[in-house]
Amino acid sequence: MPKSLFEKVWSAHTARTLANGQTQLIIGTHLIHEVTSPQAFGMLRDLGLKVLMPHRTFATVDHIIPTNELVEPYKDPLAQAMMDEVRKNCAEFGITFFDRATGKQGIVHIVGPEQGITQPGTTIACGDSHTSTHGAFGAIAFGIGTSQVRDVLATQTMALGALKVRRIEVNGKLRPGVYAKDVILHIIRMLGVNGGTGYAYEYAGSTFDGFSMEERMTVCNMSIEGGARAGYVNPDETTFAYLKGRPYSPKGAAWDSEVARWKSFASDPGCHYDDVVKIDAADIAPTVTWGINPGQGISITENVPSPETATSADDKAGIIEALAYMKLPAGAPIKGTKINVAFLGSCTNGRLSDFQEVAKYIKGRKVAPGIKAIAVPGSQIVALQCEKLGLDKILTEAGFEWRAAGCSMCLAMNPDKLIGDQLCASSSNRNFKGRQGSTTGRTLLMSPVMVAAAAVTGSVADAREVFAFTN
Amino acid sequence: MALAKITSVSGRAVTVPGNDIDTDRIIPARFMKCVTFDGLGEFLFYDVRKNADGTDRVHPLNDARFKAATILISGANFGCGSSREHAPQAIQKYGFKAVIAENFAEIFFGNSVTLGIPCACAKREDIAKISAAVEKDPSTEVVIDVAKQEIRFAGQTVPATFRETARDALVNGRWDAIGELLDGIPAVKETAKKLPYLAA
Repeated sequence: MPKSLFEKVWSAHTARTLANGQTQLIIGTHLIHEVTSPQAFGMLRDLGLKVLMPHRTFATVDHIIPTNELVEPYKDPLAQAMMDEVRKNCAEFGITFFDRATGKQGIVHIVGPEQGITQPGTTIACGDSHTSTHGAFGAIAFGIGTSQVRDVLATQTMALGALKVRRIEVNGKLRPGVYAKDVILHIIRMLGVNGGTGYAYEYAGSTFDGFSMEERMTVCNMSIEGGARAGYVNPDETTFAYLKGRPYSPKGAAWDSEVARWKSFASDPGCHYDDVVKIDAADIAPTVTWGINPGQGISITENVPSPETATSADDKAGIIEALAYMKLPAGAPIKGTKINVAFLGSCTNGRLSDFQEVAKYIKGRKVAPGIKAIAVPGSQIVALQCEKLGLDKILTEAGFEWRAAGCSMCLAMNPDKLIGDQLCASSSNRNFKGRQGSTTGRTLLMSPVMVAAAAVTGSVADAREVFAFTN
Repeated sequence: MALAKITSVSGRAVTVPGNDIDTDRIIPARFMKCVTFDGLGEFLFYDVRKNADGTDRVHPLNDARFKAATILISGANFGCGSSREHAPQAIQKYGFKAVIAENFAEIFFGNSVTLGIPCACAKREDIAKISAAVEKDPSTEVVIDVAKQEIRFAGQTVPATFRETARDALVNGRWDAIGELLDGIPAVKETAKKLPYLAA
């Protein structure tokens, strides 16, 4: 019987069925970071337990790490305490730690793939909801809470119920100026922020076939913003080419046998899906959020909704609350909205290709006066790649600050924060109230090139016009 | 590791209205700079509950009438966003024993069950009835009957749903799976032999 990748990976990793009917699922790769793991190690110590497979556990620091301060102790004693804790825990339990000194530190969802740790047909968990990123490789990757981090440390498994699978097929060529970020913002707008509850999303179709791994990661990264706990793309030649030669990729004869095994996990033609959604790539426009959740997005050419146009009482209440927080006039164009801050980076859009694409268009241009613009590579390796190509110079000449690797302004656990009700054009993944560190700060999610367009014009702009894209 | 059998939870309730209440709102990220969960309760809903100077804002949790509440009531897609267990930890440490909502985001739901916090899904109109009864008389006793899958209050009974695996785990005292998972390690080692990437 034909099976989906989800079913095959799930069944290969099922150790047994638990008394309540959930599956004891093997988590082959466990990624940890400083924020959600210290309590889990504390629980292990309380219970007198060890880490079952330290060789399948990998750590880094990303959330709290300052991006403009390289020497420890960090000015923030709480950040330093978390740094010390993860270092101590990794040493005590024999876990590989991609510390800054290794040159391999970065956002956990960027480090896993670039090290070749993230592989097809595997299960991955991390105490971070954007773990869905790793699904780009045909892995089933879950964001988990700290008690589950404890479970995975101690048993290399967790208790979980199977998910349904929704195939989201995007076909055709994206229009110029439309990026992977727009694809996922479009999907979330269409299916809603809770449309994916209970599902894993399988992203497929010719658009995804043509995507690079980095583009696939951008889409899978935001699956959780649509409520889907996991999202994946079936592994193909693009996946294998990306993985070949990476530090943790199989070597020699093992490479061929692993590739063959990886291929076998891809969804079979004719397998069952619980739901199928089809999208024409040509229908996707550069998308910008106007509200306080990632589903509140519109095309750059559209107007911000007004309560009168709401489709339901809930929708109306949502629009009123969002407009009040965002201080945006109902029914007005989003284009032209003044911004204060431009942020390039995050596990969604902090990879080499993101900075390459921005550099291509921003070269020779200047960030508008009064705009704070920061560019934060997702890992030390991304930083180095960019610097070798001179992208950092192009960005700094344009007026961006070029920072060290970390989560930075995506989530406000480090010194990079909005101040007051600043409005930020951001390549990150969440626009929740207060997300970027100020209780009144405002976030507009968009693609990196749209962030660049906003930075140079000082307001939300159509990158296709600003950078003279040709259709 | 004997865990309590959570067959029902009862107490006073308070409604924090709204849909899509995310975990950043439940516990803002800056309060996660900690290496234990101790003390998270005081930061629950901090940015909507407090002014910048630390004084109280108008918020249901600051309303003296609901100070004794141990059941939290809210809208749809409660707990969306980040996977931070700090969110249900803050809810529990603040003093809540259960949450009633139209539905829950998945990771939050799982994290809550693991802490022994029943998350009861109820129909919107039924939640409105419970909220109205509590608003009218804050001393109203709300009973979330996990075993019978119903909520009783002010002489009324409405249906509640729990995911069956969660309901089973709560009423049978196996909501924290660690004991069972440890018992399964022999099966884990057996299955792991068939997964080449797990080899040491």
